[in-house]
Parts: sequence; structure tokens; C-alpha cells
Amino acid sequence: MAELVYDETGRLLFTKEMKEEYTILIPMMMPTHFNIMKSVLIHNGYKMELLDTDGPEIAQTGLKYVHNDTCYPALLVIGQLIHALESGKYDIHKTALMITQTGGGCRASNYIHLLRKALHKAGLDFVPIISLNLSGLEKNPGFSLTLPMIRELAAGLVYGDVIMLAANQTRPYEITKGQTNALVEKWTQKISEEFANGYGYKTKEIEESLYEICKEFSQIKVKRVPKVKVGVVGEIYVKYARLGNNDLERFLSEQDCEVCLPGLMGFVMFKVDNRLEDIKLYGGNKLKYSVVNMLMNFLKKMEKMIIDCTKKYGFLPPSSYNHTKELVKGVIGYGSKMGEGWLLTAEMLELAETGFENIVCTQPFGCLPNHINGKGAVRKIKSINPKANIVTIDYDPGAPKVNQENRIKLMLAVAREELEKTISKNSKKKK
Amino acid sequence: MKLGLDIGSTTIKCVVLDDKNKLIYNTYERHFSQITEKIGEILARVRETLPEAVNAKVSMSGSAGMGVAESCGIDFVQEVYATRVAANTFIPGTDVVIELGGEDAKILFLTNGLEVRMNGTCAGGTGAFIDQMATLLNVPLEELDDLAKKYEKTYTIASRCGVFAKTDIQPLLNQGARKSDIAESIFQAVVSQTVAGLAQGREITGKIVYLGGPLTFMSELRKCFDDTLNTQGICPENSLYYVACGAALCAEKTIDFDEVIEKVKNYHGSGNFAFNKPLFENQEDYNQFKTRHDKATVTQKELKGYTGKAYIGMDAGSTTVKAVVLNENGELLYSEYMPSKGNPVDLIKGFLNKVYEICPEIDIASSAVTGYGEEIIKNAFDVDFGIVETVAHFTAAKYFMPDVEFVIDIGGQDIKCFKIHNGAIDNIFLNEACSSGCGSFLQTFANALDYSIEDFAKMGLFAKHPVDLGSRCTVFMNSSVKQAQKDGATIEDISAGLSLSVVKNALYKVIRASSPDELGKKVVVQGGTFLNDAVLRAFEMEMGVNVVRPNIAGLMGAYGAALYSMSKVENRENPKSSIIDKQGLENFVHEIKVVNCGMCQNNCRLTVNSFGSGKKFIAGNRCERPITKKKSSGEDNNIYDYKLKLLQSYKPVKGKRGKIGIPMGLNMYELLPFWHSFFTSLGFEVICSPLSSRKLYQRGQQTIPSDTVCFPAKLMHGHVQTLIDQGVDTIFYPCLSYNFDEGLGDNHYNCPVVAYYPEVINNNMKDIQKIIFIKEYFGIHRKKDFPKKAFEKLSHYFPDVTQNQVKKAADSAYAEYDKYMEKIRQKGNEIISNAEKEGRHIMVLSGRPYHVDPEINHGIDKLISSFGVSIVSEDIISPRVEKFKTGVLNQWTYHSRLYAAAKYITERKDMDLIQLVSFGCGVDAITTDEVRDILEKKGKIYTQIKIDEITNLGAVKIRIRSLLAAIGRE
Repeated sequence: MAELVYDETGRLLFTKEMKEEYTILIPMMMPTHFNIMKSVLIHNGYKMELLDTDGPEIAQTGLKYVHNDTCYPALLVIGQLIHALESGKYDIHKTALMITQTGGGCRASNYIHLLRKALHKAGLDFVPIISLNLSGLEKNPGFSLTLPMIRELAAGLVYGDVIMLAANQTRPYEITKGQTNALVEKWTQKISEEFANGYGYKTKEIEESLYEICKEFSQIKVKRVPKVKVGVVGEIYVKYARLGNNDLERFLSEQDCEVCLPGLMGFVMFKVDNRLEDIKLYGGNKLKYSVVNMLMNFLKKMEKMIIDCTKKYGFLPPSSYNHTKELVKGVIGYGSKMGEGWLLTAEMLELAETGFENIVCTQPFGCLPNHINGKGAVRKIKSINPKANIVTIDYDPGAPKVNQENRIKLMLAVAREELEKTISKNSKKKK
Repeated sequence: MKLGLDIGSTTIKCVVLDDKNKLIYNTYERHFSQITEKIGEILARVRETLPEAVNAKVSMSGSAGMGVAESCGIDFVQEVYATRVAANTFIPGTDVVIELGGEDAKILFLTNGLEVRMNGTCAGGTGAFIDQMATLLNVPLEELDDLAKKYEKTYTIASRCGVFAKTDIQPLLNQGARKSDIAESIFQAVVSQTVAGLAQGREITGKIVYLGGPLTFMSELRKCFDDTLNTQGICPENSLYYVACGAALCAEKTIDFDEVIEKVKNYHGSGNFAFNKPLFENQEDYNQFKTRHDKATVTQKELKGYTGKAYIGMDAGSTTVKAVVLNENGELLYSEYMPSKGNPVDLIKGFLNKVYEICPEIDIASSAVTGYGEEIIKNAFDVDFGIVETVAHFTAAKYFMPDVEFVIDIGGQDIKCFKIHNGAIDNIFLNEACSSGCGSFLQTFANALDYSIEDFAKMGLFAKHPVDLGSRCTVFMNSSVKQAQKDGATIEDISAGLSLSVVKNALYKVIRASSPDELGKKVVVQGGTFLNDAVLRAFEMEMGVNVVRPNIAGLMGAYGAALYSMSKVENRENPKSSIIDKQGLENFVHEIKVVNCGMCQNNCRLTVNSFGSGKKFIAGNRCERPITKKKSSGEDNNIYDYKLKLLQSYKPVKGKRGKIGIPMGLNMYELLPFWHSFFTSLGFEVICSPLSSRKLYQRGQQTIPSDTVCFPAKLMHGHVQTLIDQGVDTIFYPCLSYNFDEGLGDNHYNCPVVAYYPEVINNNMKDIQKIIFIKEYFGIHRKKDFPKKAFEKLSHYFPDVTQNQVKKAADSAYAEYDKYMEKIRQKGNEIISNAEKEGRHIMVLSGRPYHVDPEINHGIDKLISSFGVSIVSEDIISPRVEKFKTGVLNQWTYHSRLYAAAKYITERKDMDLIQLVSFGCGVDAITTDEVRDILEKKGKIYTQIKIDEITNLGAVKIRIRSLLAAIGRE
């Protein structure tokens, strides 16, 4: 059995032996993206498992081990991990945990530390935690992101975004129910297999697959009837994770809406761009600037692929990062970078601009950056785009689903009224 | 013909409209959560009265109607939407609708851009809130309105959530404030909650319509709205039925009555609520439990004819007053347990009267009082000792279990618990303002469901599936209960679930325990709430230990006080109590007057109680000034006082470039010297907004977009508005992602709110458009780059400013900042060395720079220093510590100081730390745990005080006194 090794600060390390013996648990956030990500790690030699558990016990476990006023995503993610460890399903002496760490002035940078505290409280100090980040925080001898892995993960991000977008624009209109989901499933698998065979992460290969994906989604038979279009923005975890938002996407689709979730690419570019903005605003190293700028340009190339392939097959493509950024000028400064920062506001403006005027802005109860960029910006957004119909929803372990859905239904009632107005206007025009 | 149903949180409304939309049938009934039965009943009745209604088109609305509607095949209409449809139909031209319901508050803007606002998940209910307040005042709901009409003065009551208001009202009642004044204050709180929480910057003008139960039934509440909004609203006929009417108007399909009635009857929800293990499996289980607890019993003896020494203990608690008479062996001669009904003085008088009546010759040897009403009772009746609650409860608990390790008391209004370490109280936990509602919550809930508390609690004993309601504040629980009912939970399940929730609240929210081992195995539970076997059992189950519950669990505070008085008598041979005698009691008078102190900017509202013969007791004060008429020693031993004065010494200097305004809040409380010097050097006259006040806060209140942001941030709206009102046409309030790097942490961020609040001001305050508002991003942490970057940004606004001037200004700014920090640190060191010389204890009152604002700290610094200790802040001692490793990511400048200060005091016997935490501060969810860890690892006691818009200083006092008692300073 692998020996427990600590670094000089006393942090338990994930060793090379552990790589052989341990299963790594990672909490689910976005199904398509994370499944692809999982397969990247698996074929690079790690034993991985994605936790997609749910139920009230998870929040209860979180409440037990984390300060109750901590943000909801921390409660859930930590609750989910410890709940899994306590479930008896895993050999806890051969299990490691992995969570992402972004850094930055928000509370979220502290999740990994809160997780350690929680493990300690639960008597599970011997479980190693791996921080997944690109900033070089917390290195482990048994885990390293190699360049090929980074390229695969980046490719996975692009695939994930395109599949999510195409599926969201197809599913509400499909004639044979289930076709879209089957295609999502198929491509998730196919990409995973390709990665395992060393294929699918070179630019050329990505491009080919993307066009193939879009083509196949566009071939699903649909009936385009006018539906209420709802965009979802917010704190990244509650925005994407069904555990965090009480399965908001499903609720909205049950209400017969077309849902748009802005992709992950924008967020990644935002986080990279922040480094450039910091230097622009406050001064700094020119060399660092040009290195980061190179990365930014690489991401822009990837982004262009997403836009081009979706456009070609008649999907509504995401706006370019540059355009989205331009939209928020004069509303929130580019220095507002904690959490989702100005991007959150920008995404609302973008959604409203592209026909998704009905917006659910999700946030954990008491989310600090969202005071600024979410709730704090709604008024301004409405003055810029009076059609914007925004509802802000707080998520926390005590907020009952029924109240949240009631508020969303109100937003939808107004949305339907507007939709009917548009339909009757259009039919009059035709006459 | 159309039929509309409105299933609200507490009532059901049903209307039938004829083809001209005229109301021909209506009914309004409380459903006591028996929603499905009630719907079936009403539909059957409608059919009886109006046989032709079977052909009506039907739809349903209301927050509790969602699931029911779907499963019965009735169309559902969102209730706000329904209201809007009804208003547009019945009162064309309506601009704004204000609707208060059982648990919701809504504002609908119908004209100039439709907008609908509902209260957030935190804002709590309004109708339910008024209900709760009426219960608290012990008056029927109808009387509340009449009472309010007779008001003379209003008090400020937190306008955020029912639980907050409760903690404000209770002390007022205990201090003898008039009920009519409180009633009016409650209405005012509802108004300001609705207006501030929902309007969010949009003006409420034009034709205004009031809807919903509270606004229909309470004319004084309408008047409060009228006054605040400066308007005359309409409360239309049928104002209770607008949602139901709206539903009817939207109805599109007919229903089969029989089928629906049948479906409703069979509706049991999904049955998918989360639940816990039953409290008791069977009767035998329960009997064993009973037998075990019957062992902890105090013997009852006869008071009548008793001739020995007697000891009196009283506990003037928040919702109940308890009093006992003991004999020399600690046996009970007489006891009373009374609902406080707002006036403890009358109750204690009644109690003493009874005692003298039963035993006229009683020889009282000593007496003591504890609880919220301690001071007033001590003064009124010349009680020998006043002790802090925690000490009283500890004394009592020891009697039952000499080696007790942990005491928990759940009373009507609060949870108190503490650990015992080496025979002294250690680690006190009190429930924060947000999670109170314990006993009284169960009570209110029982009443709402039409049961007595005893019956209600008993129902849960054998529930099969106790609902899992989580551990959250009571307002949330209300909604969770609603949800569980919809999912098919029975009343029994809910009763048991609520008992479990009370326990979980205490354990996970107040104590934040993760396992019983943490609290010790030897536990005594007390407080009236534990007399409910369901709560007691839930506690044992959750903790996994058997605990001791004395049969006098509800009297423990009083019992402990009596024991304490016994142990403290001075004349051991023939002790004699100073307590008022029989004759004195006969002549006892009590008068109450309310005045404003006016001796400092806190301007406390004082309640002056006079007890005849010139004896007076003043309550509501934060410092000793109104009593001693002397100023406290102030800045000589209180750094908060010094800092405030030093900041106020930065006066405007006339300059050639005109005025520039700086809002004095948040980080300006530390950066003022920097920016003041910067702009003064550039030739601006720097105008600071005045000190915060209630009035200033209200000036900006309507423009706050997020009601859950911290109070210091909310205050900024008032500061900026005040500057604009004063005619300042340029305001400087920069965004700062980073603070100065003091070398104590891994990074040096500001928290997101401090960093970016200027964005919120810019996007939400209308009047900002009238002025130049500079909210640029500055990097003060990069001293070298700062002048160049600052020049770039400023030249945009002031084209004639030169780079050289900015460079010079920057130099002077950095120098001034250093000088300022040096000054306060010097002063702090002086306070410390003086305290060392004089043997005074030193409290490190730590928080953020802006906690110096008296409107934010509510004079807590003065309160603490009135106990004869010296006060410094965290930034005074943080430079004495080298950077060290913390258990969390140490990335915020202000918070790094906290950790450093905590580490420093662990090395000092004469220092303790009290952390001020603003409600809603997300970052402090992380820092508080870390500071606690640092302190407790070295055996220090951690004390936290949560502060908000309004703070219950009574609870603060308990904490401080308990802390002082624990460290042997009281």
C-alpha cells in the first residue's frame, strides 16, 4: 500500500504509488465536458470516477462539515465528496479527491482548504486531495498535467461546448424524443475513444470532428415552433451543476423552453484575459504579458472553430469573446475579475442581444461577486435592453425548490406574453 | 362563468365571476395546511350554491397551488401574473400594485416597463411576520392595528426578516416600551422592508393599489405606506381576491367537478420528502426513555409555614419569566413559570406578592436575578445579585451533574450553550440573530396549525417519517414545511421534523459541532423547549448520547441564580437579603418614559423606568454617559475612539480645482488619509460624507439592489446620496481589487464587495448621472506604477493635470498613509503599555477598518470598555507577528491581520480577542473558523459578535460578560 507522504508544509501528497493504487473522485459539474475530461485522465493512467450522486444527504453532509455560511457550492462539493467516502462504496485508504482551483479574490479559492478542514473533522486526514489548476498551485509527484493532457483537455472543452450548444438548440424541437440525447452520448464516447487512440486533439482533427458533430445534430428531424427562449447565467457551479440548481435545465425544458447556457470557453478566456487586464490596469511584466497573450490567441483560435462550425450548420453560434467583452464596456469595468466578474454581466447582455431576453441569473445565497455583477447589474442591463426579463435566483440548502420555481414561473409568464405578442405581430405582418 | 382558486401559504380564496367579470361568489378561509381537504370542500360548496358553476372555466393560482393544480389537471397561473391581469381588468390605469400575503411581499410595476418584484428567499414573510409579532406582543391580530393608531413614538426595528425584528422587539418589551409604539414600529418595519427590499431603485408613484390580507385588514399599515411613499393608495373592494380573480380571468378550460374533487382527495403529493428515523419505535421505547429522565428531579417542599432561610432566584428571560424559592438544601419551595407578556417588572412583583402571601414570615437570606431583564429587576426590587445567564445555568447544571462538560439551553427565543473546561465556562455559543426561533418557533407553528404546543410536540413522538427540514432559519422552515406538506408529509411527520430541526439548528448552526465527542459525553440540557420529549429525544438521537434533563429544565436559570445567591452570601451566620420587603412591595410603583439621549451621535432611545421614591433605571443606553453624565474615558483606552477622531481630523482644504467628494465607508475608513492627501496635493478640496446615521442610511436605502449584501456596503448608497444632496458634483470612489501588501499573507486582495462596490453604486443610483462619478480601477499595491497609471485615468477627467503633479501627489499620499498607520499603531501601543502598567485586561476588538463606524459597530466598543478593559484593534498588533502558515488560503489583506492578531494574543495572558462580523460577510464564514482554530489550539476562548443594521446589545452583553467571567475578570 502506498505510503503517506507530506510536503514541508504538512500537506498530504498524491504520490506516484497512489497513481497506481488509488481511485480519484471528482464532483460532477457539466456532464458532457466532465465525461470527456474523465476519459482524458483515464487513458493517461489515472483511475477516475465522476460523482453524480444527489439527494438531501449531500447538503446535510456538507452542513455538518463546513461552516454553514460558506457558499452553497462549497457545501455541496465537499458534502458530495465526504458523502461518497462515507458511503462504504470506496476503499477510503485507496481513494483520492480532486477539485479545481482557480485562485483569485473570491471565497471559491478556498474550497480546497475548506475540504481539507472538513476531511480533518470527519477523521479522513489520510485522503489525499489533488488540486486541478493551471496556475501551478499545490504540486503533487503523482499527478502532473503534461502538455498532451492539456491539449486534450482544451480539445475536450471545445467539444463539450459545441455538443452542449447543438444539443440545447435541437432537443426542444426534435420530433423523435431522445434522439438528441442519444447523439450526445454517442459523441461523448466517440471522442473519448479517439483520445485513447491518440487522435482528436490536433487542431485539424478537432476541426474535422466539430463539423461532423454539427452536421449530425443538424440532421436530427425537428419542428421549429416558437418557444420561450431562456438563458441561464450565474456562478459557475450553480449555473451548470444540476445538484446545485435543483436541475434547473430540466425544469425549464419541462416548461417548454429552449435553454441557452453560455459555454465554458468564455469563462476560461475570461480567466486568462484577467491576467492581461491586471497588467494593463496596474502595470507589470511585459514578458508575462506576451506569454499570456499567446495563450489568449490560442484560445481565440479554438473559439473561432466553435463559432464557425456551429454557424455553418445553422445553429445560433456563441458571440465571440471580444464582442461579449465590448458589450459590457461602460457597464462594469474590466478590472472586476473575482468570481465570474464582468463576464456574468456581459453574458446577460449577450443573451438579450441574441434573442434570449429571458434570463435566469443563478447564484449561491450571499454570493459576493454576484452582488456586483449579477443582482447589482440587472437594473443597468434593463436600461440598456428594456426587453430583458431577468429573474435572480438564490440557491442554498434552505431555499426550497418550490419558491425558486414559483419565481421562475413568474418570469416565464411574462416571457410567454411577450412571445404571443411577437407571434401575433408576425402573423399580422404576413397578412 | 369563470372560477378561480388562490391557494396561498395560509389561506384559500375562491371566486366565481360571471360573463361580465362580475364577482358573484367568493370565499376566504384559513386552510391550516389541510390544503387538499379544503379545496375539495370548497369546490363541493361552490357547486351547491351555484349549480351552474359546473360549466365554469377554472384555473388555480397561489404559491401552494402549484403541485396540486398539475396533478388535478387544473391550469396553473403564477400568482403575480394573476394579480396583474386582475388589476388591469378591475382598475385600469393602475401604475403600481403592492401586495402583501401570508408569506410574500410583491410590488408590480404595471406601467412604463412592466416589472414584477417578489421578496427574495431571505426577506421572510410579511403576513406571517405580523402574525408572529402579534403573538410576541400577546395581542390578537385585530388589536395590533388599533394599538398602532395610538402610537407616540416609533422605534427602529430591523426591516429585513422576522427573526431580526423579533430580537429587536424583545429587549424593547423587556425594557418596558409601550406596546402601541411597538405596534406602529412593526408596521413601519414592514413598509421599509417592502419598499427597500423590492423597489430596488424604482420609484413607487402614480396610481397605487394595495392588495392582500394585511393591507386589507390593517388601516394603520396602509397609512404607513401612504406616509412613506407620500401618496394615497387605493385598497379596492375585494382586495383579498385579486389573485383568485386573476386566475379566473385566465381560465380557459372547464373541469369535471366530481373528478377533480376525487383527484384532490387522493392527492398525496409525491411522497418524496426526505425524512429521518422515527423518534420512538414503540410505546415501550418511550416508556424506557421516560423512566431514565425521571431520575433527574428536584424535590418539591412546602413553602407555606416554612421557617428556615429562603433563597430567591429569578430569570427574566426573553419570552418567559421564571422564579423560584429554595430552602437551604436547594429543594424547591415554590416556583413560577410565566410568559413574559412584555413586562417582567409586573410579573416579578406578582411573584413576590404571592410569596409574601403564602408565607408572610418568610426569611429571605439572599436573592439573585439573571436574564435579559436582569438590570431592571435588580434595580426595581433591590435584588442582591445580578448574574449573567451563562453563569446561572452553569451553577444549576453542576447541581445535577458535578462533572458536566457541556450545557445547552434552548429557550423560547434563544439558544445558549457552552463547554466547561477546568471548571470554568469556555466556548460560549449563542444563536446569531439569524437563526433564533427555537421554542417560540415551535409555538408559532403549532398555533398556525391550530394546536397547542404541547399537543403539537407530542404528535411527533411516534411519527413514522419525520420530515427532514434541515437546519436553517425559521423563515426558510416555513417554506420547507409547505413543500413537505405538498409532498405528502403528515402533521405528525412535520411535528417530529420541526423538533429535529430545532436540534439541528442548535448543533450545526449555533455550535457547529460535527460529532458528540467534540462537546463531551456529559451533557445537561435545559430550557423550556427541552420539556418536550420530542425535542429531547431528537437531541439524544442526533448527538448519540444520553443526556440529563432535570425536571425543572424550564427553571434552570432561576434555580441557578438562587444557588448562586446562596453561595455568595456575605454574612454566613445570619444572611439577610436586601430584596424589597412586604411593605415596600405594597407601595411599589413603576412608570416608564421614553426619551432620546442625545449625548453623542448614537443618540440612543432611552427607556427611563422610575420606581417611586426617586429610584430610576435607564435602559437602551450603550454607554454609561446618560447615567453618570460623564463621558467615558474614550480614546485613552479605546483605539476605536481614537481612530474615528483621527479620521475626522482630515478636513477639506480649499483648492484651485474645486471640490471632490469621498464617501466615508468601507475601505475609505483606512484609505482616507491616502486619497485625502493625494487630492489635496493636486489642488482639490476633499469633501467627506458625514458620519453614518440612520437617516443617512435611509437616504440611499431605495437604491440597494441586493438585500443580502453586508450592511457596511449598503451604507455606501446613503453616503454617496448625501454627497450629491450637498451639491458635490464630482465623487471619487475607486475600485480596488488589491489592497496594500503587508507581507502577512499569500496575497493581498480586497473582498469582492469592498473591491467593486463602486460598480453597484454606478449602476443603481439614479442621481449618479447628475455628477461625475470616478470609479476607476487603481493599483495602490504597485507603488512604482501607480503615478503613471493614475495619471492615465485622471487625465481623462481632468485634462490639465500633469504627470508630475500626480507623481508628487502620489508621493504625498503614500507618505500620509504610512504616517496615519504609524500614528494609530503608536497610540495602540500606548494603550497596551498603559493597560500593562495598570493591570487592565486588553480586548483585541477585531474586524475591518470600517467597523470603526459607530453606525456599524453600534457602540459595542464603548460597551466593552465600560467593563473596564482596554481596547485595541487587530491592525495594532498584527505587525508584531511574522508571516505564518494558516489552514486556509490567506489572501485578503484585512483578514491576514486577523490571523496574525489571533496568533499574537495566544502568547499573552492579558489579551483576548473578540471578532466583529458583519452579517452577510461571506468572507468571514472562512475567517471565523480559522481565527477560532488559532485561538483554541492554544487554549484561548473565541468570541464572535455578529452585527447588522441593528444589533441586539443584550446578547452582546451576555457574550462579553461570560467571556469576562470565564477569564476571571467579572
